[in-house]
Amino acid sequence: MTLSPTVPSLSGIAKRAGQSAASLHTPLKIDVDRLNFYYGEKRALDGISIQIRSNLVTAFIGPSGCGKSTFLRTLNRMNDIIPGTRVEGKVEIDGQSIYDSGVDVVALRRRVGMVFQKSNPFPKSIFENIAYGLRINGLTKSKAEMAERVEESLRQAAIWDEVKDRLQESALALSGGQQQRLCIARALAIRPEILLMDEPASALDPIATQRIEELIYDLKKTYTIVIVTHNMQQAARVSDFTAFFWLGRLVEFDRTDKMFTAPAEKLTEDYVTGRCG
Amino acid sequence: MRKHVDLLFQIVSLTTLIVALAALGALVYDIFTDGASRLSWTFLTNIASRNADEAGVYHALMGSIWVIALTGALALPVGVAAAIYLEEYGTRSRIARFIELNISNLAAVPSIIYGLLGLGLFVRLMGMGQSVMAGAATLALLALPVVILSTREALRTVPGTIREGSYALGATKWQTIWNQVLPMALPGILTGLILSLSRAIGETAPLITIGALTYIPFAPDSVWSKFTVLPIQIFNWVSRPQAEFKTNAAAGILVLLALLLTMNAVAIIARDRSQRQGRA
Amino acid sequence: MSTRTLEWIIERLLFLCAALSVLTTAGIIGVLALETYEFLREVPLLDFLTGTEWTPLFANQRFGVLPLVVGTMLVSAIAMVVALPMGLLTAIYLSEYSPSGLRRVVKPILEILAGVPTVVYGYFALTFVTPLLQQFLPGLSGFNALSPGLVMGLMILPLVSSLSEDAMRAVPRGLREGSYALGATRMQTALSVVVPAAFSGITAAFILAVSRAIGETMIVAIAAGQQPRLTGNPFVPIETMTAYIVQVSLGDTPQGTIEYRTIFAVGMLLFVMTFGLNLISTWLRERFREEYA
Repeated sequence: MTLSPTVPSLSGIAKRAGQSAASLHTPLKIDVDRLNFYYGEKRALDGISIQIRSNLVTAFIGPSGCGKSTFLRTLNRMNDIIPGTRVEGKVEIDGQSIYDSGVDVVALRRRVGMVFQKSNPFPKSIFENIAYGLRINGLTKSKAEMAERVEESLRQAAIWDEVKDRLQESALALSGGQQQRLCIARALAIRPEILLMDEPASALDPIATQRIEELIYDLKKTYTIVIVTHNMQQAARVSDFTAFFWLGRLVEFDRTDKMFTAPAEKLTEDYVTGRCG
Repeated sequence: MRKHVDLLFQIVSLTTLIVALAALGALVYDIFTDGASRLSWTFLTNIASRNADEAGVYHALMGSIWVIALTGALALPVGVAAAIYLEEYGTRSRIARFIELNISNLAAVPSIIYGLLGLGLFVRLMGMGQSVMAGAATLALLALPVVILSTREALRTVPGTIREGSYALGATKWQTIWNQVLPMALPGILTGLILSLSRAIGETAPLITIGALTYIPFAPDSVWSKFTVLPIQIFNWVSRPQAEFKTNAAAGILVLLALLLTMNAVAIIARDRSQRQGRA
Repeated sequence: MSTRTLEWIIERLLFLCAALSVLTTAGIIGVLALETYEFLREVPLLDFLTGTEWTPLFANQRFGVLPLVVGTMLVSAIAMVVALPMGLLTAIYLSEYSPSGLRRVVKPILEILAGVPTVVYGYFALTFVTPLLQQFLPGLSGFNALSPGLVMGLMILPLVSSLSEDAMRAVPRGLREGSYALGATRMQTALSVVVPAAFSGITAAFILAVSRAIGETMIVAIAAGQQPRLTGNPFVPIETMTAYIVQVSLGDTPQGTIEYRTIFAVGMLLFVMTFGLNLISTWLRERFREEYA
C-alpha cells in the first residue's frame, strides 16, 4: 500500500536521504534469529529476527515501552548487568554467536560500543573520559600514543576544536550537546566495529541534534550504526534501514525509504502516519 | 478543655526536651569548671605520675593516637572490601543476607564483649600480648559494622549510569569499581571512617579488658608495645579519691572532647566539600 | 594472569572480608563458650544462675551471679524510667509538633548527647550528680545505683527518641489526617492514632534501649561501686556484670584460673541477654516495616 499524500514530509525526507538499492547490499554484520528476552517471568521481546548490514545506519522506531531499547541492549549484552534476565534464540555478529557460554563479554563490548540516551560522562577530565577506555583495554603503549588516540576520537566526534584547549577540565562543565558528543568520542576511542545509539539526541536542542545527525552520517563510513529513536523524522533523515517495533515484536523491517512511503503492514502505516502510538 | 490538655502536653514535651538539654549543659559546665584550670602545655606533654600535680596526658594521648591510627588502617580496607562485596557483587544472595544479618547484630553487641573476644583471640590465642596491635584489632572489629554501613551508603550514591558507561566500554566489574565507583564514593567513605574512629577514640571498656594498663608512664614506641589510652587514664584518675586527681580527670576529659570535636569537624567539613564538588 | 582469573580472585577476597563478620560472631561465641565450658566444669550451672552470693575474688569463693544480674537490672531500670518516657515524649514532640527549625537545632544536640564518651558520663555521675543528689537524699552513699542510672538514662534518651521518631514518621500521613478531620487535637492524634500505629516500632526501640543499658560499662564502673549485692535499694553501692569484668581485668588475674574464667562466664550471660533482646527488637522492626512498607 502506498501512503496517502497527507504525509508527504516523511516520504520526501526518506526519498532524499535514500541511497540506491545496490549500495544497501553490504555484508551482513548482525544476524538475529527468533530472539526472546525475559525480565524474570515477563517476556519483553517476542521472536525478533532481523539482519543488520555493515556500514549502514539501521533505525529502531516504535512507541515507548515497545522493547526497542531492550533489544538494542541485547546486542552488546548490557542486559546481563540486570539480574533475572534471560535470552532465548540466536544473536550472531560476523557469524559468531555472542550468547554462547564461554563468550568473553568484555571483548564483545569492545567491538560493540554504546552511547546512552542521557549522556553519562565520568566525573573526570575530558581527556580522562576518553583515555579510560583505552587504558582499561590496554590499547596504547605510550603517553604519546594515548594523546594521539584521544585527539583522533575527539575529532571523529566533531568536538575537538571546542575542547582542545581544555582537555584537563572537568567533563561535567560541558553543555548537554557537547557531553553527548564526548560520550560518542569515548565510545569511538576504542575503535569498535558497531556503534549502538540509544536515542542519542532526545535530550538535546535542535541545533545539537542536527550536529549529531551529521556526525552519524559521517560515521557510517567507518562503523555499523544502530540507532533507537522515537523521532520518526530523525529515522527518516538518518537511516538506511528501519525496524518498527510494537509491544515487544518486530512488526516490519525494510529500507527506510520504502518504510515511510509504502509500508507493508497496516500497523506500520498507522504508526508512521501518526494514527496510533 | 481539650485545647488546654493539648497545650499542657506540648509544655510537658517541651520541658522534657529542655531538661535533657539542660543536663547536657550542666555536664559541659561542670567539666569545664573542674578541669579548665588544669589545662596547660605541660599537662599535654607530661607523662603519668603518682604525683597529681606532675601528671600529664602525653603517654595516654600518644597511646590513643597510635591505637586509633592503627584501627583506621585495619578497619578501612576490610570494611570497604566487605561493603563492596555486599553492594556490588553479592546482592540478594542468601549468603549475603546472612552476612548482613550478622553485621547488624554485631553493631548492637556491647563493646565489652568485643574486649573479651580480643582477650581470648588476639591477646592469648594469637599471642599479640597486651599490645597496641591487639587493642587496634579489637577496636577495628568494633568499628567494622559502622564502616561497612557508611561505605555502602556512599557506594549507593554513585549513579548507575556511570557504571553502565564503564561496562559499555568493555570494563570488567572490578575495573569499573576501582576506577569509577570508588573514587566517586571516596568522600563519603572517609567521612564514615572518621566518624567511626571518633567513636572508637572514646572507647574504654574493651581496651581495659584486653589489658591496656592503667599505669604506664611512657608512650608506645611500636605496635607491639603495651599502652594506655586517654579514656583509661581519665578512668584511672577519676577512680582515685584525691581531689587533685579528679581535676586531672576533668582536664583529661577536655582534651578528649577537643580531640573528638576536631575529628567530627573534619568529617563534617569533608562531607560538605565533597557534596559541593559533586554538584559541579 | 588472565583478567578473568584476576576478577575471580578479587571477588573471593572481597567475599572473605564480608564473611569476616560471620567469623567475628563465631569468634565471640567460641571464645565465650570455651571459657564458660571450663568454668561450668567447676561450678554447676544452677549454682551460677541462682546463687545469691558472688565472691570469686575472696578466699571463700561463691559463684552465684544473681547479685550482678540484679545490680545490672536495677541500674538499667532506673535508666529506662528516665529514657523511655522522656525519649518517647521528645520523639512525639519532634515528630508531631515541632517546627522544622527547632528540629534542625535539637537533632544535632541529641546526637551530641549520644556521642559523648561514656567515661565522661561516668565522671559526671560520680562528681556532680551524686553530690547533688546527696543534698536531697542524705542516705545516699557515694557509690550507688541511682546516680549512674539517671545519667545512663540521659545517654540512652537520644536512642529512644530517634528510633521512636523513625517509627512514627513511617506511619502514613493519611492516618493522621483522618484523625484531624474528625476534630482531634494533635495530642489526641499522637497518643491515640500515631503511637499505637507505630507500636511495634516503638517497642523495638525500647527493647534496644534496654539492651544498650544492660551492656553499658564505664558509667557504672565509675559511679556504681564494686560491691555485688542482692538488693533493690538504689542508694547503696552495687556491682553490675559489666563493672565486674572491668574490675577483674584491671587486676592481675592469671590465665587459666577460675577467677579468669568468671569474666567469660559473666560475659556469656551478658551476651545471651543482649543478643536475645536484639533479636526480638529486630524481629519487631521487621514486622513493623512489613506493615507500613
